[in-house]
Amino acid sequence: MKNPDRRQFMKVLGVAAGGLAAPTILGSRALRAEETIPVGILYSLTGTTAIVEKSMNQCALMAIAEINAKGGVLGKQLRPVIEDPASEPRTYSEKARKLTIEDKVPVIFGCYTTASRKAVLPVVERRSGLLVWPTWYEGEECSKSVLYAGSAVPNQQLENSIPWLKNKLGKNKLFIVGSDYAFPRGMAKTSKTLCAKIGMEVVGDEYLPLGHTEWASMVSKIGSSGADVIFSNVVGDSIVAFYRELRNQGYDFEKLPLCASTTTEVEVRAMGPEYAKGSYVSLPYFQTVDTPQNKAFVKAFKEFAGPDSVTHAAMEAVYTGVHMWAMAAAKAGDVSSKAVVGAVGGLSFDAPQGKVTIDSENLHSFLTPRIGKARADGMFDIVDQYSEPLVPLPYSSVGETADKRVCKVSGAAL
Amino acid sequence: METFVIGLSIASILFIVALGLAIVYGTMKVINLAHGEMVMIGAYVTVLASKHLGLGIYSCLPLAFLVAALFGLAIERLVVRPLYGRLLDTLLATWGIALILQQLIRIHFGFGLFGIHIDGLGSDLQNVPVPPELQQTLHILGTNIPVYRAFVFGVAAVLGLVSWWLIYKTRFGSQLRAVSAARDITAACGVNDKRINALAFAYGSGLAGVAGVLVSGFKTVSPDMGAPYVIDAFMVVVAGGVGHLLGTVLSAGILGEVQSFVATWSNDVYGRTVLFAFVILILLFKPQGLFVSRNR
Repeated sequence: MKNPDRRQFMKVLGVAAGGLAAPTILGSRALRAEETIPVGILYSLTGTTAIVEKSMNQCALMAIAEINAKGGVLGKQLRPVIEDPASEPRTYSEKARKLTIEDKVPVIFGCYTTASRKAVLPVVERRSGLLVWPTWYEGEECSKSVLYAGSAVPNQQLENSIPWLKNKLGKNKLFIVGSDYAFPRGMAKTSKTLCAKIGMEVVGDEYLPLGHTEWASMVSKIGSSGADVIFSNVVGDSIVAFYRELRNQGYDFEKLPLCASTTTEVEVRAMGPEYAKGSYVSLPYFQTVDTPQNKAFVKAFKEFAGPDSVTHAAMEAVYTGVHMWAMAAAKAGDVSSKAVVGAVGGLSFDAPQGKVTIDSENLHSFLTPRIGKARADGMFDIVDQYSEPLVPLPYSSVGETADKRVCKVSGAAL
Repeated sequence: METFVIGLSIASILFIVALGLAIVYGTMKVINLAHGEMVMIGAYVTVLASKHLGLGIYSCLPLAFLVAALFGLAIERLVVRPLYGRLLDTLLATWGIALILQQLIRIHFGFGLFGIHIDGLGSDLQNVPVPPELQQTLHILGTNIPVYRAFVFGVAAVLGLVSWWLIYKTRFGSQLRAVSAARDITAACGVNDKRINALAFAYGSGLAGVAGVLVSGFKTVSPDMGAPYVIDAFMVVVAGGVGHLLGTVLSAGILGEVQSFVATWSNDVYGRTVLFAFVILILLFKPQGLFVSRNR
């Protein structure tokens, strides 16, 4: 058993383990000096959602490196404390507790799924921490311990797209399909409110479990429902099986258009770009957004993570969130959650997608809604965009409007 | 009608996977919980071959069969053979192998530890390009038939016939049936039953590998894609009766159609539920399965 290969292998293992342990050992002892601010990084590096969250983790580190290169926050360098919650909500909650109690981080940049946000929420609320949340989500939340920077809410993904499907493409019968959990159901709820308002008929509203990969029956059901347009809130691995099944059953996006809320450059690459070609996506950011900030952002990320990497909406929101938190902390002169939340309202940042402003009532973001059309190379042509960022209305499903707010500084009041 | 075709294709995949499981169980009374991972290996063979060798889906069918069969042979030699006659132990051991195989894919067969990454492995999602001729639909008798699903059905039919020929028309087949009916007597008559076991295990695994190629065309390829197949295939085997080729065919057909029809009338979740209820009913009234072979 004492062959050189094995020894070499053990050595590598030892180095790897040491390398993993070093930051935590150093973090707890040597670097406890006053010149750094610890910040929590909580994205899954393993498990089902790791595909997307790995790139979010890299993007947060890149943004922190940028801030540190410019002198840090309040004259101190930021020190990322990275944890891997392994796509498990329970682990998210444990790791969030560890970050707030042991590492005493004033802020956590993390989460991708609603399930993980809901797991972290009680921890940050009870221990006056702050979560900077990046992903578009179903809305109906009004926490003062979460900064929803760059995170789109249903009105910012649906108000621009559903009327567009009707007016621009002349479609009238909508079939809503999604994975079976809170986010797609919330999106469907808002979509129905919107369809009723503009006189569009919803001919179907169906769900399959998250991770389901046999879409044949669902696709034939869509075909026989009389729908002339599909809205997809399908999430994760299922997206690939769903789009491929549409193609295999001979549907053509030119004849039966599909608009999705959660199909980004990452998923398109996973399914093979030819399967998504011609379908639409409604998100505030695509890699092809034409702003000088975005060109620099894409270039920087390719240098940081490798030339093959793509950028996508969830990642751009992470980048925006880290920078906006740093701006707010600098403005407040303090990194405590209370001070940052107090200072962040009304702040604007020139993000890759354009100007992003934090709403002082609900801590969500004014974002620019866009519709992208998938190309053969896996990127999106932007076919529609708002000239102005749109107000975030997390409670639009229950009729919240810009003048009649449900979520206010004082909390939510229905 | 379209529902029927979808049911047929679900049934075809079920049949190919279940057939391998049934052959292994029928011959040596071993339930191979790593059988689903053979499907996964078949899918990864397709991904790697199309990425690195530029092979199409057709040439991957025999290749995946061979690779999965070799894996099966190795598993039989190293793990299953020492545990003959200990059903629960093989159950645990093969489940362990399933986990190991998943992790091997995730860490690039160990190269990942040295920072070497092989394109097409790892924990990311992979996909397989499908030739354009399989991406169409045919209009036959006023219904749309997806060509890919028809292709899946065709492959299943060919594999079914080949297996029938192997089991009932060859020397290997008669020895296989003899071993599964009365192992000790067969061995006493001079048949090398260990060799038969190894070949049966390899053949069963190879079939699962072919199923892997077929599903890679319309599903996401990922390290943990194999697990659901074991459960489904096992249901087909117990519902159809063990050691009966026709039983496996009909049971896969029935279960595939049940799932497809219920899924179309309500949704897939109910489809699965009804499927399970159906199997439970079969087992209540026919504990041996729908078809009992005479030699038991």
